[in-house]
Amino acid sequence: MTADASTINSVPAGEIELSDTAANQAFGFWIYLMTDLVLFASIFATYAVLSRNYAGGPTGKDLFDLPYAFGETMVLLFSSTTYAMAVLAMHKARKNMVLMWLAITFLLGLGFIAMEINEFYQLILDGNGPQRSGFLSAFFTLVGTHGAHVTFGLIWMAVMLVQVIIKGLTTPVQSRLMRLSMFWHFLDIVWIGVFTIVYLMGVI
Amino acid sequence: MFGKLSLAVIPLENPIIMGAVGGTILLALIILALITYYRKWTYLWQEWLTSLDHKRIGIMYIILALIMLLRGFSDAILMRSQQAIAAGTSHGYLPPGHFDQIFSAHGTIMIVFMAMPFLAGLINIVVPQQIGARDVAFPFLNAVSLWLTAAGALLVMVSLGVGEFSKAGWSGYAPLVERQYSPGTGVDYWMWAFQIAGIGSLMTSINFLVTILKMRAPGMTLMRMPMFVWTAFFTSVLMAFAFPVLTVALALLTLDRYLGMHFFTNALGGEIMMYINLFWIWGHPEVYIVILPAFGVFSEVVATFCGKRLFGYRSMVYATATIMVLSFSVWVHHFFTMGAGPDVNFFFGITTMLIAIPTGVKIFNWLFTMYRGRIRFTTPMYWTLGFIATFTLGGMAGVLLSLPPADYVLHNSLFLIAHFHTMLIPGSVFGFFAGYYYWFPKAIGFPLNEKLGKWAFWAWLIGFDLAFVPLYVLGFMGMPRRMEHYANPAWQPYLIIAAGGVAVILIGIFLQLIQLAVSIKQRHATRDLTGDPWNGRTLEWATASPPAVYNFAQTPVVHDIDAFWDMKEKDIAYRQHDRYHDIHLPKNTAKGLVNGALVFVFGFAMVWYIWWLAILSALGVIITLIVRASDDDTDYIIPAGRVEQIEKQRYRQLTAVAAERPAGGQTSLQPSPAV
Repeated sequence: MTADASTINSVPAGEIELSDTAANQAFGFWIYLMTDLVLFASIFATYAVLSRNYAGGPTGKDLFDLPYAFGETMVLLFSSTTYAMAVLAMHKARKNMVLMWLAITFLLGLGFIAMEINEFYQLILDGNGPQRSGFLSAFFTLVGTHGAHVTFGLIWMAVMLVQVIIKGLTTPVQSRLMRLSMFWHFLDIVWIGVFTIVYLMGVI
Repeated sequence: MFGKLSLAVIPLENPIIMGAVGGTILLALIILALITYYRKWTYLWQEWLTSLDHKRIGIMYIILALIMLLRGFSDAILMRSQQAIAAGTSHGYLPPGHFDQIFSAHGTIMIVFMAMPFLAGLINIVVPQQIGARDVAFPFLNAVSLWLTAAGALLVMVSLGVGEFSKAGWSGYAPLVERQYSPGTGVDYWMWAFQIAGIGSLMTSINFLVTILKMRAPGMTLMRMPMFVWTAFFTSVLMAFAFPVLTVALALLTLDRYLGMHFFTNALGGEIMMYINLFWIWGHPEVYIVILPAFGVFSEVVATFCGKRLFGYRSMVYATATIMVLSFSVWVHHFFTMGAGPDVNFFFGITTMLIAIPTGVKIFNWLFTMYRGRIRFTTPMYWTLGFIATFTLGGMAGVLLSLPPADYVLHNSLFLIAHFHTMLIPGSVFGFFAGYYYWFPKAIGFPLNEKLGKWAFWAWLIGFDLAFVPLYVLGFMGMPRRMEHYANPAWQPYLIIAAGGVAVILIGIFLQLIQLAVSIKQRHATRDLTGDPWNGRTLEWATASPPAVYNFAQTPVVHDIDAFWDMKEKDIAYRQHDRYHDIHLPKNTAKGLVNGALVFVFGFAMVWYIWWLAILSALGVIITLIVRASDDDTDYIIPAGRVEQIEKQRYRQLTAVAAERPAGGQTSLQPSPAV
C-alpha cells in the first residue's frame, strides 16, 4: 500500500459497509412517512377549506359525538403503547412476548377500525353520507384515509405475526417490526391532528 | 359482468383512430414476431424484464420514454396540421371531440410518460455509477416504479382503441372533469394512468434520496458530488414533496366521480378552485422536476467537452437549491385570473420573477465554463448550446408572463403555449437528448453516429423555432389555445409556418431513428473499449462500457469533485487490484413486472366499472407484495474468482487499446501494476 492517502483509488467492498440494508430501509421509511405526511397535509388543507361548506346540511356540532371520538382516541393511543411493549420485548429477544403484545395491538387496532366503521355507518344511515355536502365529503375522506392507513397497518401486523412465528426474530424480521412501529406511531400522531381539527374544533 | 365495457366502445367509425390502432398493433406484432424468430424470449425475460440491475431498468425507462415521445409527437403533428387548414369555411379533418382528446393526450404523455421516464432512466443509469455504488438502495422498489410507469403508459395507449381519452386537457380542470360534464371513460383513463405513474415516480424519489444520501463512495462529501447527482437529488426532493399532493388531487377527483362526493363540483359545497390549486402545487414543482436533471446533464456535458472543471460549482449547487425551494412558491401564476386579488397576485408574480435569478446564475456558470475552454463540438455539446440560446429567450417570455397585468392579456393564448414549450423542449428534451448521446456509449457499449446526430440536432433546432416563434406572434394577435377551428384568416399563415416547423422536427426524429440503426450496424467498428470515450471527469467513466453488473469491483475512493479526472491526473485511474472479493447483488424477480401488470388490470377495471376484476387485481397486488416482503433470500453472490476474471479481461482490453494509441495521448491508459 502506498503511504499517501490521496493516491488510494479504491477500497475493498468488505472493508466499508456500504449497503447497510436495515439502516437504509429505516431511513427510506422515514422519507416515505414524510411523503405520507404531505399527503395528509393536503387532505387536512382540503378539510379546512371545506369545513364550513354544509350546503344546508348538518354541521359538525350536529353530528359529532365527542365522548365516542375520545374513546376511539384512547383505543388507538393505547395500541401505540402496546406496540412499544412489543418492541421492548423484541430487543430482549423474547419471541412469545412479542407475539402477545403484537396480538393485543392488533386487537386494539381492529377495535378502533370497528368503532370508526360504526360511526360512518350511523352517519350514512341517517342520510349524512359523504354525498351530502362538501363538508361531509372532506370529513369522510380525511377520517377514512387515516382509517385506510390503520387497516393496511393491521394487514402488515398480521403478516408480521406470521413471520415472527415462522421465521423467529431474525434481522430482517426485526427491521420490518421497527418500520411497522414507525408507521403505527405515525398514525397515532396523525390521529391527534384529526381528533383536534375535526372533532374538537368541530363541536366548538 | 364487464361493467361499461362492450364491443361498441371501439371507435370503428373513426378511420384516423383505427389507423393509429392498427399501426400500433401491427408494430407490436412485428416486434413480438422478431423476438420469437430470433428466440430472444428467454434472454428478454432473464436479462431485462425481471432484472433489478439499475442500468437495465434505466435503459427500459428510456425505451419507454422514446416510444411515448413518438406517440406524443404524432399528436403534435395532428394538432398542427389541423390548425394549419381549419380556418374560415374549412373545418379540417379532425372533429372537435377528437381534437380535444389529442391535445389532452399530448400534454399527459409528454409530461408524465415521456419526460418522467426519460429523467428516471438517466438518473437510474448514471447516479449509482457517479457516486461509486453498486446499485440503488432499493432495487426491487426500483422495478416496481418502472412497471407502474409502464402500466400507466399502457393505459393511455389502450384508451386509443378501447373507449376514448380525456377531452378536458392534460391538467383536467374541474368541474369539466366531473361526472356531470364528462360522463365518458376518457377522464377515468387520464386519471388512473396519471395516478399510477405518479405513485411510481414517488417511489423513485424515495429510492434516490436514500441512494444519494447513504451510498456514496468514501471521500465523496456532499460538496464533491457531481452536478448531475445534485440535480437528481433536488429533483427527488421535489418529487417527494410534490407528488403526494397530486395523489390527493386525483384521489379526491376519483371520489367525486365514483362515489358522488363534492370536492370539486359546483354544487353542494364543492370548491372548483381547490382542484386547480392542488394540481398546480404539484404542477409547478413538476416543471422543475423535469428541468433540473437536464440542467445536471448540461453541467456534466459542458465540463467534459470544455476540458475544465465546472465554473462556480458551489454557486451552481446553491442556485439549484434556490430553484428547488422557490418552485413551491409560484403555483398561483398558472391562474392569476382566478381573481385572488392584487396582493396575492403581486406575491406570486414577484416569486416567479425571482426564479429567473438562480437560473441566470446557472446560464452564466455554463458560459464561464466554456470561456477559454478547449471546446469539443460533439453532439451533446450541440444540444447544450442550442438549449442555452433558446431557453434564455423562453425565460424572458416567462418573466413577461409573470407580471399579472400582462398575464391577464396573454392567459390561455398561444403566447403561453409558445412560452412553456420554449422552456420544456430546450430545458428538458434537449437536455435528455444531450444525456442520451453523452451516456449512450457508457450504457450500451458503442457511441451514436456523430454526423447524423448533428443533422438531427439542426433539424430539431430549426424546426423548433419555426414551430414556436409564430405562436408568440399568434398569442399577441389574440389566438387562444386548443382551437380545432378558427374564423380569423389572419392567423392562418403563421399556423402554416408552425406546421412546417413540426415537419422539420419530424425530419430530425427520422434522422435520429436512422442514426440509431446506423450506429447499431457500425457497432463492431466503433465499440468503446476504454470505458471513457469522451475523456470524462466523473466516476461513471471509470467503469467498463457497458459496465459489469456490479459496476465497481472495489469501491472507489474520492478525493475531488471531478473524481475520475483526479485519478487520471495522479495516474491511479487504471490501477489493478491485487485481490478481489465476493460481491452481493439482488437476484432477478418477476414480481415487479407482475405487480405492474396487476396494477394495469386494476386501472382498466376501474375505468370500465368491472368491480370484481378490480377487487381481484387489487388483492393480487397485495399478495404479490406480501410474498416479496416475506422473502429473505433476495441476494446472490458473484464469487471473487469470477470478478477477477471479468476485471482481468477488462485490463487486457485496456492494455491492448493503450498499445495501439500513439505515445503522449490525452490520458495514460496503461494499467499500473498491482499495489
